Amino acid sequence: MKLTEQTKTANPIDRLSAEQIEAIGNEFQAIHDEIFASLGEHDARYIRGIIEFQRRLAALSRLVLMASRYKPAWLLGTAGLSLAKILENMEIGHNVMHGQWDWMNDPDIHSSTWDWDTASPAAAWKHSHNYVHHTFTNVIGKDHDVGYEIMRIDPRQKWEPAYLAQPIYNLLLMALFEWGVAVHDLDFKAIRSGSKPRSQAWSELKAIGVKARRQIIKDYLAFPALSGSEWRKTLAANVIANLVRNVWSNAIIFCGHFPDQAYTFTEAEIEDETRGHWYLRQLLGAANIEGSSTFHLLSGNLSFQVEHHLYPDLPSSRYQEIAPKVREICERYQLPYNTGPFGKQWRSVQRTILRLAFPGGIERPKADPYVAPPIDEAAAAAELDIAPGVPAFP
Amino acid sequence: MVERGAEPAISATLRRGLVAARALTTPLMPDAYLQLLNPKWATTELRGVIEQIRPETHDSATIVIRPNLAWPGHRAGQYLRLGVEIDGIRYWRAFTLTSDPDHPRGVIAVTVKQVDGGLMSTYLLTKAGPGTPLFLGEVQGEFGIETAPSRPLLMISAGSGVTPMFALLRQLDQRGWLTDVRHLFCVRTPADVIFGRELEQLAARVPGYRLDLWYSASKGRFSPDQLDELCPDWRARQTYLSGPADMIDSFKQHWDDAGLLEQFELERFQPRAGADIEPGRGGTVRLRVSDTVVECDGSTPILQAGEDAGMSLRHGCRMGICHTCIGRLAAGSVRDLVTGQTTSEVGEMVRICVSCPEGHADIEL
Repeated sequence: MKLTEQTKTANPIDRLSAEQIEAIGNEFQAIHDEIFASLGEHDARYIRGIIEFQRRLAALSRLVLMASRYKPAWLLGTAGLSLAKILENMEIGHNVMHGQWDWMNDPDIHSSTWDWDTASPAAAWKHSHNYVHHTFTNVIGKDHDVGYEIMRIDPRQKWEPAYLAQPIYNLLLMALFEWGVAVHDLDFKAIRSGSKPRSQAWSELKAIGVKARRQIIKDYLAFPALSGSEWRKTLAANVIANLVRNVWSNAIIFCGHFPDQAYTFTEAEIEDETRGHWYLRQLLGAANIEGSSTFHLLSGNLSFQVEHHLYPDLPSSRYQEIAPKVREICERYQLPYNTGPFGKQWRSVQRTILRLAFPGGIERPKADPYVAPPIDEAAAAAELDIAPGVPAFP
Repeated sequence: MVERGAEPAISATLRRGLVAARALTTPLMPDAYLQLLNPKWATTELRGVIEQIRPETHDSATIVIRPNLAWPGHRAGQYLRLGVEIDGIRYWRAFTLTSDPDHPRGVIAVTVKQVDGGLMSTYLLTKAGPGTPLFLGEVQGEFGIETAPSRPLLMISAGSGVTPMFALLRQLDQRGWLTDVRHLFCVRTPADVIFGRELEQLAARVPGYRLDLWYSASKGRFSPDQLDELCPDWRARQTYLSGPADMIDSFKQHWDDAGLLEQFELERFQPRAGADIEPGRGGTVRLRVSDTVVECDGSTPILQAGEDAGMSLRHGCRMGICHTCIGRLAAGSVRDLVTGQTTSEVGEMVRICVSCPEGHADIEL
């Protein structure tokens, strides 16, 4: 991907000294080590509780859908299955496959054994996401999640006529997100350029085929068949549940890196990158979404995208507790802390996709350094009532 | 790869049914849902619950376990990998099975002695109780007597090393093979004798079994020098030994010096890499994913050499059991430090915690 000549907004990292960057890196690392050392029974109960709830919900929804001929049963079953799929993909699958729960040493809740309820095979996703995206976060040309190879979401990406159609790709990707994610790791550019051997691409494609066949048989053949003569209604319910999950996960993930506030980086900027610089890139390249605790759960705590990018291997249930510590570092070093309400973040992403379909475009204003809001006495008192640590579930 | 319990033996029909039901539960196995109805319906790994904890001495106890599915069986003298969850983290350790392999109620038992600072033994002896869930791993160990002994036996055990001897003695007794067995049992004080009552009763009932207790607190450590006095015909006996590593080493040397190693069987409880084999040539190994080259001498495992070179490598038991550390052999050959065997089979999964390169090897890790 070629960069245009356009100059970019000064990156907040540029005004930090090497010593400051190192100190920030050490502070971020200290938070990680402190949380990691405190993991235990409490956290294990949380993830097992979520998994059990999700499985009961999925099984119950499938059962209710056996009676999909009755409208209330259809509605209830479809809603339940959509919710179950969202929980499974976001709070459970994504986070387990990141290795956030590997410390439990439980072979059934482990990044090496988990596979999720979506078209993407676990191994392919772990490569494109855990390795490529989380290592080269927001580095144009390296992180294939910047525009997913089909969209221009940064004005520094060179415009091509194909981008005129990106508002349409965008809608298609929303609806078919699981399939987009499934083929993402194939890396069509690498196949075309010959840097990925044909044989490897072929074996990856076969793995996708195996996974996709199982998913299709389950959702579009086996369960509809179990509903007998009303199979069409159950089929429709399953299509809708997958669609709801696709649109939702697409929205959350697009809000993680594409809002106006998030910074992108060039390959030159990450040459000889230190640990401190890596942490700062994660901080600046991600954006949070504000919301209720239910919203955080349904987003798989990716509403704490900043914390997730700083600590992809810490349990998602701890991000809420980590956030104030991160904000405190931001305030001390006059760094921005990218966050905003869901509607605002989502609209800014959609605006960018529409605008950058056309040539030109300028970099949008970035956030000011973080300043803690003045302490509200009542809110502070209420805060004290909230037990620190892991949120109770359910 | 994470260590998990043994795969339970279930009927072929049930297995086929579960595979078919997977069409509805993919990517999960039907187990994931069946367990919500009844936690015992776990067919992917063998589990159990503690039924009873019977104190043996002040710091040891026998833990009676009821498996959730039929116990696949074991031989007297073998040990079991036991998994326990402590503060949200699953740990695995090996313990000798001290139950009768043909127990009429299908329960099994291990005997555990508290180790100073030992996480798992402390948990089992002080925190666990009836109802505590456990994970039952592989049954392992070559220690045992499967055919009628062709010569008199000598058993030497120290401390909790008596546990496999106890299992062997019960089997010898049941099969009528307890005709001429000397048992030298070294412990610190009379209060530390595990299975003391059972062994005394056996000695009183069966004339062919003679028990001699050696208290190291008053007499000092039991060493090969005392053999001629305590059991003058030791050279004529088939000897079984179970105890701490340094004791094993000195006795093994003694039998080796006498040229009688083929009459000597030992139980280390856990295989120790490099202990019973000659060191190999050593060499270099390239870890392909990180593209690092490390050097190993003939007895240093690749895992150790990698860590010494500052790498952080995924590992578990560090003794070749749990398969957490495995990598794929892409080129060259490696030597197994437990068995001494060398392999150059490309594509073989290698446990780097007990493997050492012979010459140069490439491992995908």
